[in-house]
Amino acid sequence: MKKSWPLYVLCIPAFVFVCIFSYGPMVGLLMAFQDYKPWLGITGSRWIGLDNFERIFQYKEATQAIVNTLIIAVSKIIVGIIVPIVMAILLSEIRNMGIKKSVQTLVYLPHFLSWVTVAGLMIDILGLDGGINHILTQIFGNDPIYFLGDPDLFRFTVVISDVWKSFGFGMIVYLATIAGINPSYYEAAEIDGATRRQQIRYVTLPSMLPMIIVISTLSLGNILDAGFDQVFNLYNPLVYSTGDIIDTYVYRSSLLNGQYGFGTAVGLFKSGISLILIVVSYRLAYKYANYKIF
Amino acid sequence: MYHKTTGYRVFSYFNYAFMILAGLACFLPLLHLLAQSLSSKAAISGNMVSFWPVGFNVDAYIKTFNNSNFNGAMLTSITRTVLGTTISMFILICAGYALSKEFRGRNVLMWFFIFTMLFSGGLIPSYILITALGLKDTIWALVLPGAFGAYNLILLVNFFKTIPKALEEAAFIDGASFFVILSKIYLPLSLPGIATVSLFIMVGHWNSWFDGILYMSDASKYPLASFLQTVVVQSNMQNMAMSQSEVAAMSEQSIKAAQIFVSTLPIILVYPFLQRYFVKGIVLGAVKE
Repeated sequence: MKKSWPLYVLCIPAFVFVCIFSYGPMVGLLMAFQDYKPWLGITGSRWIGLDNFERIFQYKEATQAIVNTLIIAVSKIIVGIIVPIVMAILLSEIRNMGIKKSVQTLVYLPHFLSWVTVAGLMIDILGLDGGINHILTQIFGNDPIYFLGDPDLFRFTVVISDVWKSFGFGMIVYLATIAGINPSYYEAAEIDGATRRQQIRYVTLPSMLPMIIVISTLSLGNILDAGFDQVFNLYNPLVYSTGDIIDTYVYRSSLLNGQYGFGTAVGLFKSGISLILIVVSYRLAYKYANYKIF
Repeated sequence: MYHKTTGYRVFSYFNYAFMILAGLACFLPLLHLLAQSLSSKAAISGNMVSFWPVGFNVDAYIKTFNNSNFNGAMLTSITRTVLGTTISMFILICAGYALSKEFRGRNVLMWFFIFTMLFSGGLIPSYILITALGLKDTIWALVLPGAFGAYNLILLVNFFKTIPKALEEAAFIDGASFFVILSKIYLPLSLPGIATVSLFIMVGHWNSWFDGILYMSDASKYPLASFLQTVVVQSNMQNMAMSQSEVAAMSEQSIKAAQIFVSTLPIILVYPFLQRYFVKGIVLGAVKE
């Protein structure tokens, strides 16, 4: 029983994969400090210190991408926390088990769809002659709205479609938390004359609070992650000014335009700040909600 | 149980209506897609199709399944999903079982794995590594880089930890080996966890499109999601500019709809059966005492 060598053996495959495919690319981060030329490689390319990082703040497009990332990610985080909480509370008020289960099954579904599929749906539905505009022009008689081509509306469209895709899945832990509340709290509140609304305010919400704190603090780590899959599939040159995010900018500036070193520097800038934010958020979650990763 | 006040009753009616609407909102777009895929060219260009096919026909599906690019992409996707899920689950179950035990260096190893979740080399270094390893244009470029996922490892470790130690000790005394204990005790008892993680990995592979575009130099090697990305998103970008489109472009819409629908069907079919597992899996994995 005390022989632990088989346990080490069992970890070998994971260890090998992590060394090659996760830690391997980290060596490539050296490119961020080079004027990288593919034909010279990392060993042969010229070292240029922090020039690539300085360029991040010199190029207007790069700083714009950082600003866009922050705006989109922060909006997504805020809406993405509030909507699942509200929906979980509302759904828990449904007493008909059949309807409750059916609604749950339906709202989880979009989470499992690819962003390519969702983009396909949205391009069709939100297009100038798509379903939404069809309804809007019939009711209000206005001109069709160009949801995916209007820089002012693009961020809004991105946030709303993200919520549509993810709120059901985000609800799962909140629903479980609500289901785990001791019913005698509600009975006691009821005897004290609390209305249903007061019960939600003074029993349900406080019971959900630890979970809300954990999820909110952990989402802090995503502040520079605005969702490459989604934006890449929805954006187009018309909305680069408000919709281009760090990840899509890295893709275009490096792989499409050949600025490998610069692209790596932007990526490293993002990863570095994200790392700090994640560590801080885990510390906060541990401190205020006693959350441990493992 | 509850106050049957008028206020609560009114709220209840609105709540029921709102929740049913929310449920439908997550599902109607797909129904619209299905209706489009089964409708005639004229009906689509006349904007007559909502949630029911108009001018019913299955031409779009016949065209889709007669398209060798589509079929090839489908085969690539199936291969990568089966291969990728098998490899990932093997690695994760081995490591997850080991790390659910106490042994020297366990925490160091765990952090070594978790660090990959916090920090990564990013797009360009990963691309250059895959190229240097000679994996470009092979299915391994789609399967190997993402085979290990720290988040999934954490879920599995937490699952394995919930299994009582006494079971394992009793089996050891009876002479069972590590392998027997893992396959006869741990796997069956942590089925919700294993099913959840497998589902995530399967869906991930099926839906993954960017790596196909990145690592395959030739569109004929694309998996289904990458193929769809070029058909649906890239061509639509051009269509969007000249929106009041001609009839020819509109029949394309029906084929696109059919292709999206066929590619999504496996997920729609599998997921209701796995739903009870993943809900349990997420909750047990996330809500710990």
